[in-house]
Amino acid sequence: MDRRRREWMQSRGGVALVAVLAAAGWLKPARGETQLWNSAAFDSHSDGDALKALGSGGPTPSKDIVFFQTPEIAENGAVVPIGVTSNIPKTESIAILIEKNPNVLAAVFDIPSGTEPTIATRVKMAQTSNVHALVRADGKYFLATKEVKVTLGGCGG
Amino acid sequence: MADPMKIRASLVGDSTEVKVLMSHEMESGQRKDAQGQTIPAWFIKNVTVTCNDRTVLSAQWGTAVSKNPFLSFKFKGGAKGDKITVTWTDTRGDTRTDVAAIA
Repeated sequence: MDRRRREWMQSRGGVALVAVLAAAGWLKPARGETQLWNSAAFDSHSDGDALKALGSGGPTPSKDIVFFQTPEIAENGAVVPIGVTSNIPKTESIAILIEKNPNVLAAVFDIPSGTEPTIATRVKMAQTSNVHALVRADGKYFLATKEVKVTLGGCGG
Repeated sequence: MADPMKIRASLVGDSTEVKVLMSHEMESGQRKDAQGQTIPAWFIKNVTVTCNDRTVLSAQWGTAVSKNPFLSFKFKGGAKGDKITVTWTDTRGDTRTDVAAIA
């Protein structure tokens, strides 16, 4: 990573903080209205920052969040299947975070009532990393983690 | 205009399984071209799925979602023939909507 970019990112720290406050609106997305995109969370470079920007300082570890279709070892980091099921009642959203990616947050899925708290997608992983699934259920946050080993990174080149 | 999405929605028991394959570069902003210039990020930010007029899933995506994104989920309350509409919007403001019926 070049130095100028890093400085630029740091100088934006203050801006990001304001954006975090603004992004609190993520907690109550207006369904079917203007589309929200939590830029503070998506710009985060550490999982702590990303969790904070998502409104969760210290999520509770949970065994009721299960990964499926998620490999132990991914040969190609450009396409890593990730599936997450939450067995926590009143699950409202599921977020996928990849600890060692340049931008930690990969995706946030809003689960309206009537939709099963199970989602599957494919993500890019720069290197071997912990993958976190952050679940918001009834206003509380829960986290599960799985390590995925990557033999060929998917962000550079 | 981007290529159409492939959408498959099928009734499994009392829930509808939706699978979507989109056509998008999902450029991460991390890669460099042959001249060493960073290729600017270009990716889908928002995805909304509705069944008739009811929102059944909305998502915010970052750069880490793979090229030609895949998405799969299930919801209750769908019936054969109901209209599944998937819309995405990317960082350039481009948007695409495709429709499929529940089979």
